Amino acid sequence: MTATTDPSPRRLSLEWLGVAPFILFAVMFLILPTLYLLGAAFVGRDGQLTLDNIAGLFTGQILAAYWISIRVSAASAVLGAVFGLALTLAVIRGRLPAPLRSAVMTFSGVASNFAGVPLAFAFISTLGRLGLVTILLKTLFDIDIYRAGFNILSFWGLTLTYLYFQIPLMILIVAPAVDGLRREWSEAAQTLGASTWQFWRHIGFPVLWPSVLGTLSLLFANAFGAIATAYALTGSSLNIVPILLYAQIRGDALQNPGLGAALALGMVVITACANIVYLVISTRAERWMR
Amino acid sequence: MSDDFLRVDRLTKAYGANIVVRGVGFAFARGEFISLLGPSGCGKTTILRMIAGFETPSSGTIHVDGRDITGLRPDQRRLGMVFQAYALFPNLTVGDNIGFGLKVAGVGREERRARVEEMLRLIGLPGFERRYPYELSGGQQQRVALARAIAPRPRLLLLDEPLSALDAKIRVALREQIRAIQRDLGITTVFVTHDQEEALSISDRIVVMNAGNIEQTGTPHDIYNRPATRFVAAFVGQLNHIETVVADPAARTVTIDGQPATLPALPEGAAAGTPVTFTLRPEMLSIGPRPGNDVTLAGTVADVSFLGSVIRMRVSLGRNVVSLDTFNDRRAAPPARGEPVTVSLSSRDLLAL
Amino acid sequence: MKPSKFWAWAAFALGAAYFLVPLLATFEFSLRMRRGYYSFDSYASVFSDPAFQATFLYSSLIGVLAIVLGVLVVVPAVYFVRLRLPRLRPLMEFVTLLPLVIPAIVLVYGYIRLYNSSSLIPFTGSALGTDILLTCAYVTLALPYMYRAVDTGMRAIDVRTLTEAARILGASTATIIARIILPNILVAVLSGAFLTFAIVIGEFTIASLLNRPAFGPYLQNIGANRAYEPSALAIISFLVTWGAMGMIQLLARFAPRTSVRTD
Repeated sequence: MTATTDPSPRRLSLEWLGVAPFILFAVMFLILPTLYLLGAAFVGRDGQLTLDNIAGLFTGQILAAYWISIRVSAASAVLGAVFGLALTLAVIRGRLPAPLRSAVMTFSGVASNFAGVPLAFAFISTLGRLGLVTILLKTLFDIDIYRAGFNILSFWGLTLTYLYFQIPLMILIVAPAVDGLRREWSEAAQTLGASTWQFWRHIGFPVLWPSVLGTLSLLFANAFGAIATAYALTGSSLNIVPILLYAQIRGDALQNPGLGAALALGMVVITACANIVYLVISTRAERWMR
Repeated sequence: MSDDFLRVDRLTKAYGANIVVRGVGFAFARGEFISLLGPSGCGKTTILRMIAGFETPSSGTIHVDGRDITGLRPDQRRLGMVFQAYALFPNLTVGDNIGFGLKVAGVGREERRARVEEMLRLIGLPGFERRYPYELSGGQQQRVALARAIAPRPRLLLLDEPLSALDAKIRVALREQIRAIQRDLGITTVFVTHDQEEALSISDRIVVMNAGNIEQTGTPHDIYNRPATRFVAAFVGQLNHIETVVADPAARTVTIDGQPATLPALPEGAAAGTPVTFTLRPEMLSIGPRPGNDVTLAGTVADVSFLGSVIRMRVSLGRNVVSLDTFNDRRAAPPARGEPVTVSLSSRDLLAL
Repeated sequence: MKPSKFWAWAAFALGAAYFLVPLLATFEFSLRMRRGYYSFDSYASVFSDPAFQATFLYSSLIGVLAIVLGVLVVVPAVYFVRLRLPRLRPLMEFVTLLPLVIPAIVLVYGYIRLYNSSSLIPFTGSALGTDILLTCAYVTLALPYMYRAVDTGMRAIDVRTLTEAARILGASTATIIARIILPNILVAVLSGAFLTFAIVIGEFTIASLLNRPAFGPYLQNIGANRAYEPSALAIISFLVTWGAMGMIQLLARFAPRTSVRTD
């Protein structure tokens, strides 16, 4: 559909007037601040252009922070993808009663937004030293998970907590792809003599794989940028990049604004790459399903 | 030729209180092309899916080549199936799609490749091995689906309204092709459709169904010319309904919109003055008198549709309006609306149902 | 396919356990305040805390402002791009993708550096200015969702045809937007509004770094200093989020749509 060309100049300016606030808003609160910050990454303490800050990212504490961030994000992304896929398959193709599917979808919609401080509290109440599950395991099964080395305030504790919004996000995004696995394909495969396993191996999983991979990328980016949950749960004991950045913003922990900006630049590069991977893979997957 | 390659006995399917297939039974010989014909909801697709194994019968049995397959899983039945929506595997090439049944059965790569090539030649798409389904048109996809179904040499071929999703022209071409391939290979085939023209044109025998019951089984010629029930007469082909009034039961005369006609027989108990409705195929009516036609009626042309080789006319006799077909005549113009016209018919062709 | 049904139920049961147990545990924990038996003491403590009331009120207010500002910014833009400037559409889609790519902490860092007291637009120079900045930040965070909600709503009612019909009948653009478009996309707008509210009420990072007395930092503070109130707050927070999302589901049932879609 082509745009209707309206010769009236008054009307022409009206539609630009309508779009102007949006553009102004985008510039002032999205584009400009980000560009400014990313630019600041290249400015040294003396105000001159330099690559020192970028180089500084690859040293000691900061590199360790990136590494932990990558590990937490990867762990929660992979586990979130696996469990999310399993749940989606169970609910959509597992012939469970239909109301269960809409219940799962609704719950996923809410849970994917339930992150941050309250989530941390919830998991502390569950698996903290005085948490319900911790106590139940001790009293009912005589299992002391803390003596066994578990601690909610740790890498795996944080990953476990992150799964609470990663799994629902996976379910929400992958559900349409699983829906797209038409029943006729498995029926056709059966008439051709294929067992269930053979169907999944040759057709089911290969068709789903691009969506799963793409969503994995998205989950990674999602976890990488998250801070509130980590802050409330592990505080500064688990030094992920957002926490480090937070400390820098709060109190110039790095004593180097340029380095802080570089930190932010690093974050944006990583999340942008992950999102681009997601977009590329999902558009390629679309092509098959025409 | 024993009628016992595909045998279905007292097949019933009920979903709770809803009985979709009511004790259906039929038997067909090897190599026959059978159509299950009926309106939506008559149970024809359910029967097909029970033969394929996707639905479990509530009661009854299915035998193929002497073996009872009712309890077998779909992947154990060695049947081929073609679906309405093609159902080609999107991540596999045309060649891999066609070879899928062979691969799953453990057939070696060389043998598979040869068979795939043979199939592609059979459906008229040689060289298409490396293409993907999304690159093909609807007709091409359905042909590939057919090739995929028959590549593993199934005992029985099932087609679930395979042409419904295609354009009209392709539909006609493809159904001829399906029939030709089926004849070549001699595979017993069950074809489900709601399009009676399709069923009539390519089947050896047709099973006409309605609301879970079989209305009639027979050759296309039988079904069309000797419909057993009112439903079959109305569903298959066009039908004119002619309302007459009984004049003299003893003399077997009636009036059709005031015009007299003598019939070979009247329904039992028809008293003078009572209305009786007869049915008549359009091609039984002729314009003008004709030797052998003992009833001549006068009327006015109500409507003319020029369909190319055929001219379809509707003639008003009064309260009755009848449809009749006549061939295009290059030398004479078709009659115009409002023109008076006489039509004639043979009283033996009138069916009282 | 009997074995697959078993696995399906197993997966579902495991999932249900993982998602429901923390909620139950949190609720149970929140009832433990009085030693010995269950009570709602922690909730009473929370509700009577003036800091709770103040911060919740503050965040709610900012939330409402963010909703209003979001609507004012997004609705006309979506409308005109749909109608007259379809070439801007990819740009809009890209812009609304940015808040999902750029982490919130990076955004707020940018704001602090760019709009501090010594810059051209000193947002952070005053409390009011910072409040405005906070509101705008939240509008930005909610932008992808508000945009998608409004865009879907406009597509469902076929804005182009409605506008043409109204214009032939003599209506001006302002009348069209105010009296025809807006009422019909009200449900979609409300969806976006509830989502914005859910985002604002729990947000921590931006509010904390901008030093505003919002609900998120309050939650974090309580968590650091108290034992049982945090779980009560978590339950309250969850209920508020559920309530907001539940409203969206409810509203989806009342969304108007025309029968003919043009795109």
